[in-house]
Amino acid sequence: MKNKTGFMRRPGVQTLIASILCAVLGIVIGFLILLAINPSHAGEGIWAILKNFFKYNNNTTTMLYYLGSTLVKSLPLILCAEAILFAYKAGLFNIGAAGQYTAGLIASLYTSLALGWSWWACLLSALLAGAFWGFLSGMFKAFFAVNEVIAGIMLNWIALYLANTILANEKIMDISKSETYGIPQKGIIPGFMQPVFGNNQYMTIALPLTIIVAILIYLILNRTTFGYELKATGYNKDAAKYAGMNAKRNIILTIVISGAIAGLAAGCHYLTGIEHYSISASVPAMGFNGIAVAFLGGLNPIGAIFAGFFIEYLTMGGQYLDTRYFNPQIADLMVAIIIYLCGFVLFIKYLLNKKKSAVIVNANAQTTQDDGKEEQ
Amino acid sequence: MLLLIQYTLIFASVLILVALGGMFSERSGIINLGLEGIMVFGAMAGAMVMVLLPDNTPKIVVIVLTMLAAAAAGMITSLFIAVAAINFKADQTLVGTAVNMIGVAGATVIVKAFNTNRSNGTDFSPKLDYVKGQEAFSFHIGDLRLNWFIVVAIVLLVVATVYFYKTKSALRLRACGEHPQAADSVGINVYKMRYLGVLISGFLGGLGGIIYISAATSTWHFDYGVAGAGFLALAVMIFGQWKPERIAWSAVIFALFKALSSVYMGIDFLKALPISGTVYNMLPYIVSLIVLAFTSKNSRAPKAEGIPYDKGAR
Repeated sequence: MKNKTGFMRRPGVQTLIASILCAVLGIVIGFLILLAINPSHAGEGIWAILKNFFKYNNNTTTMLYYLGSTLVKSLPLILCAEAILFAYKAGLFNIGAAGQYTAGLIASLYTSLALGWSWWACLLSALLAGAFWGFLSGMFKAFFAVNEVIAGIMLNWIALYLANTILANEKIMDISKSETYGIPQKGIIPGFMQPVFGNNQYMTIALPLTIIVAILIYLILNRTTFGYELKATGYNKDAAKYAGMNAKRNIILTIVISGAIAGLAAGCHYLTGIEHYSISASVPAMGFNGIAVAFLGGLNPIGAIFAGFFIEYLTMGGQYLDTRYFNPQIADLMVAIIIYLCGFVLFIKYLLNKKKSAVIVNANAQTTQDDGKEEQ
Repeated sequence: MLLLIQYTLIFASVLILVALGGMFSERSGIINLGLEGIMVFGAMAGAMVMVLLPDNTPKIVVIVLTMLAAAAAGMITSLFIAVAAINFKADQTLVGTAVNMIGVAGATVIVKAFNTNRSNGTDFSPKLDYVKGQEAFSFHIGDLRLNWFIVVAIVLLVVATVYFYKTKSALRLRACGEHPQAADSVGINVYKMRYLGVLISGFLGGLGGIIYISAATSTWHFDYGVAGAGFLALAVMIFGQWKPERIAWSAVIFALFKALSSVYMGIDFLKALPISGTVYNMLPYIVSLIVLAFTSKNSRAPKAEGIPYDKGAR
């Protein structure tokens, strides 16, 4: 193409527009659902969700405290999204991130509560456990050609039952409540800028760590040979193999790294002490929600940070609903709808391109012809 | 022992129906990861019908209406997947995951609103209690308590198998999952066949959902969804190599393990073994992973599954 790429045609801009459109549409549909449930209070309902912790705007400390809580809770979500998008770039759908997260959860809680290790060792073991769980599904994929989605789903459930078995230990868990004890002080990740966030005790160096991981992933994908090979394998496996890239090694390495990040996510969540694990009948939703965040963030490591925060913001927004009229799960439903709408991103981009070429038709017929060829 | 047989039959009928649903969808070229969400909505609709029907409704009416509602709800849910994946070429794994999330959150919201309205704002729980409706479904052969659902599942299995192997329509559907361009070139409407596949999966998935929640229990908390039954059915489908008769017996194997985890406490020699309950829970997954490892090299997955059909592509 002769002209410089127009602003609206840049892939990054289009992804951003598409994601924002999905979010806005999701919120609108959420409002319609509120209307259907209780028409007279729907307005204040949606306002409560959107206003969120800004409700405390007369008290900056409280507001910053809740901002901190939202940030802290969005960290594991963002990390899970990083794990998923990293694998997705290599053409692997790592639905097993949920299981790798669970493996990290087992490791971090076990090393911290049963063995009394210090935080960095616990975090490292969470990372390694996630990596190992990822290695399992990578191995099944590379050597036995088992579809990674199916292997991932199986390993998710195995990890869940392992968690329920291993953590049901008197040292780790209050058996009568089937809930783990609080993390000992030694195991808590060191604090980070806590005074700024209204002395939020859960604000830890997990926050900068998450951002570093996101930047690292961005750099690996865009600035290294390994990242290039990954993306090449994702675009066309056979061509990559023909070009001399080691497909098996790349598959395993990708899922191992992806798993390590998912494991780290669990460590960053449970080692702040913000939540206690309790015996569960279903795989932690974090890994699945990570899929959502990855797509909402346009499969971009930096975009995932904002998408993760936004999703957590909405989810937390459900807590501000007046329970006399609505239940907090409406926020979850909104999130689910936004994710569903992300499936239409391709179509939205197509519309954006189509509209633009229609404008060019009037200006310059020659350019349109070139564009037309490109689009087909 | 009777309890074990009873549970195995129940789980097997759920898994057979849902796995067959997944099979039809994938054979037409659409990966249906949203089976879990389809099951939840099917279960919810069926349970609501059981709750709302007056106590003196004849059994046969309860049975028919409940199943119709479940199947219809399942089909409507599957349309979410069909529209996005077929018309808008969306990523099928993403859409499936989203439908699962919509299933759990949506059913929770709807059931809570339903309960709140029904109780004039005193009951906010996400659970439905359908003990009366559930009784309509059971019958006895000797000491063995059976369920009409099992009969329905067997009938549908036979129908599905005959349809799958003996009809022109199914042959066309399968062609769309293997090589849609070739199918299109001989005048088959690929979009229509894929809609058919996904809708069948919605029908069977919705039925599977109501069986799952009502065959053994009489209350259900919808915030749990269906606790992974949809994913288990996907495993059964792959284990069954996308073929109805193989799906049937792999469903029975999976169901046996699942039933063992529920009832092993009641069987003396199993209880005496030094194996914890969670091991039985894990077994179906471990076994299927190992078996998949040995069978996947010559897997018979539909070739075009997961790839949106683009008429212009060559």
